[in-house]
Amino acid sequence: MLLIDCPWCGPRDQREFNYGGDGTVVRPPDPSAATDEAWHDYIYIRDNPRGSHVELWQHNAGCRRWFKVRRDVVTHEMQGSAPIGRELPPKP
Amino acid sequence: MTQPFRIARGGQIDRSREIGFNFDGRTYRGHPGDTLASALLANGVRLVGRSFKYHRPRGILAAGAEEPNALIQLRRGNRTEPNIRATQIELFDGLECESQNRWPSLGFDLGAINSVFSGLFPAGFYYKTFMWPASYWLKYEAAIRRMAGMGRTAVEPDPDHYEHMHAHCDVLVIGSGPAGLMAARAAGRWGARVILCEDGPALGGSLLGERTAIEGKPAIDWVRSVEAELSGLPELRVLTRTTAFGYYDQNLITLVERVADHLPVPGPHQPRQRLWMVRARRVVLATGAIERPIVFADNDRPGIMLASAARTYTNRYGVKPGRRAVLLTNNDGAYATAFDLADAGVNIAGIVDVRPAPTGALPARARAAGMTVHAGHAVAISHGTNALTGVEIIQLNAAGDGFEGASRPLDCDVLAVSGGWNPAVHLFSQSQGKLRYDDRLAAFLPNQAAQPVTCAGAVAGHYSLAACLIDGAAAGASAAKAAGFGDGTPTAVPSVANEPEAPARTLWAIPRPAPGQGKRFVDFQNDVTVEDLALAKREGYRSVEHLKRYTTLGMGTDQGKTSNITGLAILSGIVGEPIPKVGTTTFRPPYTPVSFGAMVGPETGAHIDPVRHSAMHPWHVKAGARFVNAGLWKRPLFYPKPGETDQQAIDREVLNTRAKVGIVDVSTLGKIDIQGPDAVELLNRVYTNAWSKLEIGKSRYGLMLREDGIVFDDGTTTRLGPSHFLMTTTTVNAVRVMAWLEYWLQVQWPELKVYVASVTEQWAAAALAGPNARHVLADAVEGVDVSHAALPFMGYREGRIAGVPVRIFRISFSGELGFEVNAPADHGLAVWEALVKAGEKHGIMPYGMEALGTLRIEKGHVVGSELDGRTTPDDLGFAGMVSKTKDCLGKRSLSRPALMALDRKQLVGLMPLFKTEEIVRGSQLVANQNTRPPVPMEGMVTSNCYSATLGSSIALALVKNGRKRVGETLFAQSPLTGRSVAVKIVHHVMVDPEGARLRD
Repeated sequence: MLLIDCPWCGPRDQREFNYGGDGTVVRPPDPSAATDEAWHDYIYIRDNPRGSHVELWQHNAGCRRWFKVRRDVVTHEMQGSAPIGRELPPKP
Repeated sequence: MTQPFRIARGGQIDRSREIGFNFDGRTYRGHPGDTLASALLANGVRLVGRSFKYHRPRGILAAGAEEPNALIQLRRGNRTEPNIRATQIELFDGLECESQNRWPSLGFDLGAINSVFSGLFPAGFYYKTFMWPASYWLKYEAAIRRMAGMGRTAVEPDPDHYEHMHAHCDVLVIGSGPAGLMAARAAGRWGARVILCEDGPALGGSLLGERTAIEGKPAIDWVRSVEAELSGLPELRVLTRTTAFGYYDQNLITLVERVADHLPVPGPHQPRQRLWMVRARRVVLATGAIERPIVFADNDRPGIMLASAARTYTNRYGVKPGRRAVLLTNNDGAYATAFDLADAGVNIAGIVDVRPAPTGALPARARAAGMTVHAGHAVAISHGTNALTGVEIIQLNAAGDGFEGASRPLDCDVLAVSGGWNPAVHLFSQSQGKLRYDDRLAAFLPNQAAQPVTCAGAVAGHYSLAACLIDGAAAGASAAKAAGFGDGTPTAVPSVANEPEAPARTLWAIPRPAPGQGKRFVDFQNDVTVEDLALAKREGYRSVEHLKRYTTLGMGTDQGKTSNITGLAILSGIVGEPIPKVGTTTFRPPYTPVSFGAMVGPETGAHIDPVRHSAMHPWHVKAGARFVNAGLWKRPLFYPKPGETDQQAIDREVLNTRAKVGIVDVSTLGKIDIQGPDAVELLNRVYTNAWSKLEIGKSRYGLMLREDGIVFDDGTTTRLGPSHFLMTTTTVNAVRVMAWLEYWLQVQWPELKVYVASVTEQWAAAALAGPNARHVLADAVEGVDVSHAALPFMGYREGRIAGVPVRIFRISFSGELGFEVNAPADHGLAVWEALVKAGEKHGIMPYGMEALGTLRIEKGHVVGSELDGRTTPDDLGFAGMVSKTKDCLGKRSLSRPALMALDRKQLVGLMPLFKTEEIVRGSQLVANQNTRPPVPMEGMVTSNCYSATLGSSIALALVKNGRKRVGETLFAQSPLTGRSVAVKIVHHVMVDPEGARLRD
């Protein structure tokens, strides 16, 4: 059970949150101009590097804000969190 | 004679009281403070179980959580529990228990025949023997399980209750031996919030079983004084009878507190066990060490026990483990057992020390006391049937892999064995900390921590009492400092005598006296021998993880606490690789077995989930509704009248709605209030259709896609003001759609000025449907004109019913003239009652989910079964709802080739050729029912019902290219029911396809 640092509410138990997937995915700004390949990658393809990931979480049983988390998926170390629109601490 | 092995004085038992208990149908006596194991030993009971595979007689090996043999079926009836360690069962008056794994009785066990034919049961026996034919495995397994015993679970419901507790602390100290007590005291004195958790009923750990002095007084006095001080610290909590069993991420530690297991039954309102989830800033592990046996031939006879256990039974419980003892050791530490046993009146028949020249202070003391030390000797084999009667000892060669000279017998009824110590690194390893192998101690020690945790005392390889005290004080003070309390200065350490110990001789297994003679057990609980390990290696299992699974070494309820390290050390010798290279298997939670009751906690029965009731629920109950679960909601299924069958009730509700008027509770639909200048823009982006031109006071049906183009949800949205909308969602997606909108607004489109708020619970909702719906509404409502001209189809007005302000939407799900009335939830019941009353003269009847489902299937409306995560708007006949002039979420995906394929399944209706035949939901549709498999699938049935309106069974289905196949005959095959029904494909709107009724 992770301890997740909500930028608004502070560290809270994982059970208060929803996981929202990869936080690095960028939506093509003009979908109609995107190639099938580019759109397919956006919808379906996710990197799964060993080590540090940027993730989206929602504090659904708290302030209901979505925010970014940096987490090492090997060690489960929580490496920082940030509101949407602000930078996460760099990869250690 | 009662309790023949009880020593006349000493021990931490209450000798003023005798209590009775029952083991295998016989009654014995013991004292408060005993464990079941100590009480059995006091009564001279040494045979307590049969082994798993060979059914060999087994006795008590240990005095703590590591016990592999003495597994007990505890209590009876609905409180019975299997596989409980006798060494940890606190004795109470009237305790009833049984041995396991024997038939017909413990002393005479037919399964012991396995032992005679043990050559037939090598490592991997089950894998090798019971594989063919594969279909017989289930039968074999049942027979093997019966033979293998392992106790029975209770079959009746558990009468006790359990609690869950969440806690936070600055320092969690696990273990209350010398290191743990010092750590808790040091951290507590600095003012940190401390939780001290102790497995046993009393603080003290190993000190309870030793005759050591601290500051010149018995150690137990020092323990009591520390305990008194701790109880005065307001921020410190002591949890006894509490096992830390799991160590998870970010210093989450799970504890199980056995609140009432030491009582015959829990007190009123007392939980039996309590599961703690503790987040600690720092953890101090003072979990001690577990003594390990030395493996030799027939090392499993009742009477053979760990040296530390023999000492604990003597000192803590005042029980002699036997009358005549031999000690087998490779180290100095175990000599204390000989001294303590001798002082308790046990005859020491000899000390067998595998070291060639034990010359330290302790062997000298033993010799001075008149004990014979057999230096460089080993126990080659033991004798006895159901209990130990003697051992053969023999000189070991220098390498320790053979013998020199002849063996000689030593008579004894107890053999105390010490092969050194294994630090209890289980929790440290669970915390992802790395271990290192220490050659001098021949043990794995904590090395690199992965979380904020410190190991103190024996778990860190510091075995002497003085070292434990110093270590604990330092660990406690530094943990407090790291948590923000104090400067890290440890408290003063009490003075203790420090007797230097000579080095141990690393020896894991003693050779057999002759090939084939005796069995050398590495793992007692799973009957794994040295020979099994050698066989596994010959068959190619070199990795320790494979070895574990193939031989079952280290599996079972004890998880190899006394066998893992010995097993891998022996494997290291067999494969010729150093121990650190062989490595350990992974340590996983739980440290000791945890009851399902504790895991589940209070979330059982009615408390598993919350129940959601609409505001009108009391009315439905009074009206005799049968309810169905819709998510957490209770919704009326139908309202049966006396004498009606279920189907008759449903048909009546459907026909009445189509002919007169029905009312249904739709409060569970998701409702989201949307406000802000960019509200229209939000709707345009999340819905496939366009919203810019929707007038104030009008509703529109909307369709939402996922980004992959699949239909996500649908519902109506109404414009209440220039920048104010009310969105409705399906019941099941209410939460998901809310999170979806929040995601897009917060993450992707933060520039949009829109607020969304879930108002599902704030508004109760009732839907009126049927030709008389307007009459009912007109009679009930005040202050608003609900005529067709004033309130046309998809119109919205506000008014009052029963004095309550209500929102009125002219929308329909049934295909009939329909209105939905929303009222503030607190007044929902009053509004509902007013509508029902107004409807009396117009023939109103309530209808439930079954009739609602029938009405919508008749009209071809899609719900969850059709929105199955695979259907596009075009599949469902909604292509026209996707705006060509604007973008929306998921639209780009619709032009992907896979979503434009010509053979996609499309929504159609089905009618059986014989009207009364049920088209079973989930049926596969095939073109020809006589084809041999594999049969091409043409589609599947998604919803079905009996339509009283049409006098026929009907269904909705998804069929390949279905819209072009109207009129074709298919067969609905249901493998579950074995039925095959001939069906004709029809348009999916089966009643009033022109939609005339709802627009009038």
